[in-house]
Amino acid sequence: MRELKYFEALREATDQCMERDSSVYLMGLGVPDPKGIFGTTAGLLKKYGKNRVLDMPTAENGMTGVAIGTALMGMRPIMTHQRVDFALLALEQIVNQAAKWYYMNDGQMHVPLVIRMIVGRGWGQGPQHAQSLESWFAHIPGLKVVMPANPYDAKGLMISSIEDNNPVIFLENRWLHNIYGDVPQEYYKVPIGKARIAREGRDLTIVTHSYMVLESLRAADILASGGIDAEVIDLRTLRPLDHTTVLDSVKKTGNLLVVDHGWIHYGVSAEIIAMVSEQIWDCLKSPPRRMGVADVPIPSSRSLAQYCYPRSADVVKMVAEMLHKPMDQFKIEISEIPSDIPDRSFTGPF
Amino acid sequence: MTPEIRKKLYFEMLRIRMIEQKIAEVYPEQEMRCPVHLCIGQEAVAAGVCANLKVEDQVVSAHRSHAHYLAKGGDLKRMLGELYGKVSGCAHGKGGSMHLIDLNAGLLAAVPIVGSTIPIGVGAAWGMVMKQLPHLVVVFFGDGSIEEGVFHESLNFAALKKLPVLFLCENNFYSVYSPLEVRQPAGREIFEIARAHGIESHQGDGNDVEEVYSMTAHAVEKIRQGKGPMFLEFKTFRWLEHCGPFWDDELGYRKENELQNWRERCPVKLHENKLRSEGLLNEHDMVPMVNQITEEINEAFHSAKTSPLPPPEMLWTHVYDESLPTE
Ligand SMILES: Cc1ncc(C[n+]2csc(CCOP(=O)(O)OP(=O)(O)O)c2C)c(N)n1
Repeated sequence: MRELKYFEALREATDQCMERDSSVYLMGLGVPDPKGIFGTTAGLLKKYGKNRVLDMPTAENGMTGVAIGTALMGMRPIMTHQRVDFALLALEQIVNQAAKWYYMNDGQMHVPLVIRMIVGRGWGQGPQHAQSLESWFAHIPGLKVVMPANPYDAKGLMISSIEDNNPVIFLENRWLHNIYGDVPQEYYKVPIGKARIAREGRDLTIVTHSYMVLESLRAADILASGGIDAEVIDLRTLRPLDHTTVLDSVKKTGNLLVVDHGWIHYGVSAEIIAMVSEQIWDCLKSPPRRMGVADVPIPSSRSLAQYCYPRSADVVKMVAEMLHKPMDQFKIEISEIPSDIPDRSFTGPF
Repeated sequence: MTPEIRKKLYFEMLRIRMIEQKIAEVYPEQEMRCPVHLCIGQEAVAAGVCANLKVEDQVVSAHRSHAHYLAKGGDLKRMLGELYGKVSGCAHGKGGSMHLIDLNAGLLAAVPIVGSTIPIGVGAAWGMVMKQLPHLVVVFFGDGSIEEGVFHESLNFAALKKLPVLFLCENNFYSVYSPLEVRQPAGREIFEIARAHGIESHQGDGNDVEEVYSMTAHAVEKIRQGKGPMFLEFKTFRWLEHCGPFWDDELGYRKENELQNWRERCPVKLHENKLRSEGLLNEHDMVPMVNQITEEINEAFHSAKTSPLPPPEMLWTHVYDESLPTE
């Protein structure tokens, strides 16, 4: 199969949808810019023109309302924010208007709107450029929330999101944009609301999403070196949540660790553990555990920010604790890559 | 304007320029691991405005705040410490370049969310009124900020309460790569929007430091007399990329010759030539000036590079303030 980077997969999905359906259009501050939102919109201005690849004033709340309005007239906007933090200025339109519209008018009008938001990480971006706020959006009935962790899902979920008749919050971790993976050329969909078993295992279920899928898979490899066979579930969609895949896995393994991509408290991990505890309490062989971003605003300095994000070694440690295994049986390799960048090719400033 | 002030303005601009150039020079070493928004080309606004302010007057700024911090009297060592993410930083490395603060100098805050310090600056002015403090607040922001709803809400409130605020728009014509033309209607000037809010408003040449200085002097005087808020728009230009140390004109997002034309109107050079032609500045003055600044820069970079990174336990400090109000 053909390999693409995550950002290329997103661009291809957008391109194919725009080609098929003339009501699909792209909007947002900087969308047609020469860097093309980390490459995800590159070349689309040239192909579709400035009415369908639209730069916007620096006015998040206003532009969200405008997008909703165009959707009511039959358009299908894809709106982009370079950081999720900027979209906070648009919470009113997203939460009060977009999320409620279909319900309030009892199904007479819908809002097919995709809002792409990038979650920043690393290189000192600090408290206002690196927040993982997916659980906020997932809390709101009427919104769908997706967070693909690999290029295949990025394309398939983007197509599903654009085709969906509801507002979809599409969150990308900045550290995923440059990862490679198999991506078919054809137009295909990954269903919203379906989790993926990223790795099969018998001993313990790790439930996770977005960039934390990568760390969890690394952890699972290390655990395997010490004889623990972990199953890794990539949620892919936070709302609607795929209960079945999670429950089936925990029924099989009896042990649950949630590796949250966001802050620990009041987040995705709380939801997963509550859901499992309510439905299959009897299947649990050990108390469910969770980990996630340290409960502080993200500091800029790399010496502090590194402690905010759990890494594969932390996952291994917690699993060892849960299953009462000594740590020394696991081969933990300390990465040579500095903790504030995703890979060596990354030289800042973003 | 006295010769002393005119020479001081030159010194301030030169200092900012040299510091920013040094940051650009060493950034590729990858030791300064945070985004930096350099202001090379825009030095005259910060220098000209802040020369009119007292220490007690407060300034709030946004992502491109180095010049405001320096011109307001911020501590260079602490600024660079922050850019390097070190303990010596003005926020001990927690904020990075986008969150400069120096309460001793009256730099209340800088934050990178576009427009978000505008109401906070207005609130600070309202707080001064409530506390009966005789100072004023300067809110620095770019042309991008005026598109946010909160800009209009803030101007309305400031006008309503006749607050001691100077709104200071640095119009450099771009929001990242998006030119003014795709964001604002043709033929409408930014300062006229403020006027529509009932605020006295003027526009000036942001590359002419003397014009910036005297227009600000006039505005500050009126504000101090209790006549309410004022709005100044200065047109100027950012030379380097939006974020980072490099030139980026090859990307082609700016009009042909636009950068070149602005570089020919370099605010530092313009003022230098003026002072030279009037005999107020010569090589004899220049050499010690440059030496003094170079020495300060070297010392501050050395301090930032050798200061330790914050220890892990600092991750957990200052999430909440559990102390009680003091009398
Ligand atoms: C609310 C919000 N939206 C978008 C951004 C991304 N952003 C960072 S700086 C910037 C440019 C703003 O332009 P302007 O205010 O004119 O300042 P300049 O960079 O030109 O100095 C933008 C859009 C942001 N930081 N905050």
